[in-house]
Amino acid sequence: MSGEVEASTEEQQEIQDTVVSPEKTEEAKLKARYPHLGTKPGGSDLLRKRLQKGQKYFDSGDYNMAKAKMKNKQLPTAAAEKTEITGDHIPTPQDLPQRKQSLVASKLAV
Amino acid sequence: MMAGVGGGNDFQWCFSQVKGAIDEDVAEADIISTVEFNYSGELLATGDKGGRVVIFQREQESKNRLLSRGEYNVYSTFQSHEPEFDYLKSLEIEEKINKIRWLPQQNAAHFLLSANDKTIKLWKISERDKRAEGYNLKDEDGRLQDQFRITTLRVPVLMPMDLMVEASPRRIFANAHTYHINSISVNSDYETYLSADDLRINLWHLEITDRSFNIVDIKPANMEELTEVITAAECHPHQCNVFVYSSSKGTIRLCDMRAAALCDRHSKFFEEPEDPSSRSFFSEIISSISDVKFSHSGRYMMTRDYLSVKVWDLNMENRPVETYQVHEYLRSKLCSLYENDCIFDKFECCWNGSDSAIMTGSYNNFFRMFDRNTRRDITLEASRENSKPRAILKPRKVCTGGKRKKDEISVDSLDFNKKILHTAWHPKENVIAVAATNNLYIFQDKMN
Repeated sequence: MSGEVEASTEEQQEIQDTVVSPEKTEEAKLKARYPHLGTKPGGSDLLRKRLQKGQKYFDSGDYNMAKAKMKNKQLPTAAAEKTEITGDHIPTPQDLPQRKQSLVASKLAV
Repeated sequence: MMAGVGGGNDFQWCFSQVKGAIDEDVAEADIISTVEFNYSGELLATGDKGGRVVIFQREQESKNRLLSRGEYNVYSTFQSHEPEFDYLKSLEIEEKINKIRWLPQQNAAHFLLSANDKTIKLWKISERDKRAEGYNLKDEDGRLQDQFRITTLRVPVLMPMDLMVEASPRRIFANAHTYHINSISVNSDYETYLSADDLRINLWHLEITDRSFNIVDIKPANMEELTEVITAAECHPHQCNVFVYSSSKGTIRLCDMRAAALCDRHSKFFEEPEDPSSRSFFSEIISSISDVKFSHSGRYMMTRDYLSVKVWDLNMENRPVETYQVHEYLRSKLCSLYENDCIFDKFECCWNGSDSAIMTGSYNNFFRMFDRNTRRDITLEASRENSKPRAILKPRKVCTGGKRKKDEISVDSLDFNKKILHTAWHPKENVIAVAATNNLYIFQDKMN
């Protein structure tokens, strides 16, 4: 009898926590949508993504694998999807999305 | 000097000016990425994602200007950084200006440092209002004269000309950062400055570009063990041996450069204790400090995390002395803010000249000001709807639930694309500059 009472008190505490903390409610929502979300949220994955901002291609392993694939294939044209370049073919300067330089003056200076 | 801020009957903010295009379609390059007044407040610099710098100068106060302070007009504009591609590392380097910091003025010219992700440049902005005329060896068009045809000698004279403001890069500090620069800060010795990226902080001498000293290095031997990154850094305003840096875990470390060449061991460690039972998936992300600023007095520092601004007394490491909620209503929206990446937005914060008030931005083009003495706070909006000259800004309010009163806006109606990340407060007066995406707003106090 007393065991049951204790269990329901714990359940009540859990419900209490969810109701009281909007943050935990939001967390539950997120985990429901993305069940495979990492257990270390602020950790390596997020940080490494931040450090790799601007990285266009992966590494030399990527390059060599692409090279091996290329042996039997014809080189795809540069018109191939520019954002998906990594791993598919050997990147060349011509393939890179052209970064247009700002020749236009700032509109704040008008 | 007036105490600043709002909420009371005695003080109100008015619209002064707005700069930038009105069209709805905002070009990425036009997004303002940094705003900074110089030491006197006479100049106001902006940097944008297109790598351009625009400097505004305040017009001289005249007797006619009874109702408002001098306006800011364009003084100089130049292309500071260009987009680059590092072929060796396969890395695209954005031209976006992350930070501008002015140097104190020491002669007629003005100097500022501007930084993108990888390179810092020292720019000299100088005026030219005289031109030499009457050269012997070249004519008025600059063509060289045949020296054998010259029969008389004359002394060139300086003639007035239309004012020309020239910007030239005097130093380029490159190749010292593997990761992305988030901060630069000029030291109070006016000879050195620091630059910080995600994992390292370097100390430079303003005259020397081919080397810098690494003073902080938090890169782990094994990158798998990486748990935190440097998010901001600043030199102490008076003590040239002291600087602080903040982390993605919500901590601040104060370092003393006299203690060791490499300041990996902090002198002080500031962290607010967290209630472990309230910890959630979002805790660390929203505790990440996006900006740290010393007060002008040097006694306090302010940090901005996702939901709040905290004021710390440098003499007390275990908790902040003041905490101000910027937009606590967002705590129940963290799931969607994580999904749309807004939770990673980096808001800045700033002090007013007397350290009695602080300001920071929010969403929906709202910005918030807190008076540290009266504990009053106010929410204002940077909007073209409220842009008649000297129009008084009406306080805004976000309705968090239940009945929405007239003039209030509900949390779900907030526009999260209209973010005010960058604001600046004039060093001496109640004049503020607020960057709203591609527009720059200037507000000032109501003058009676």
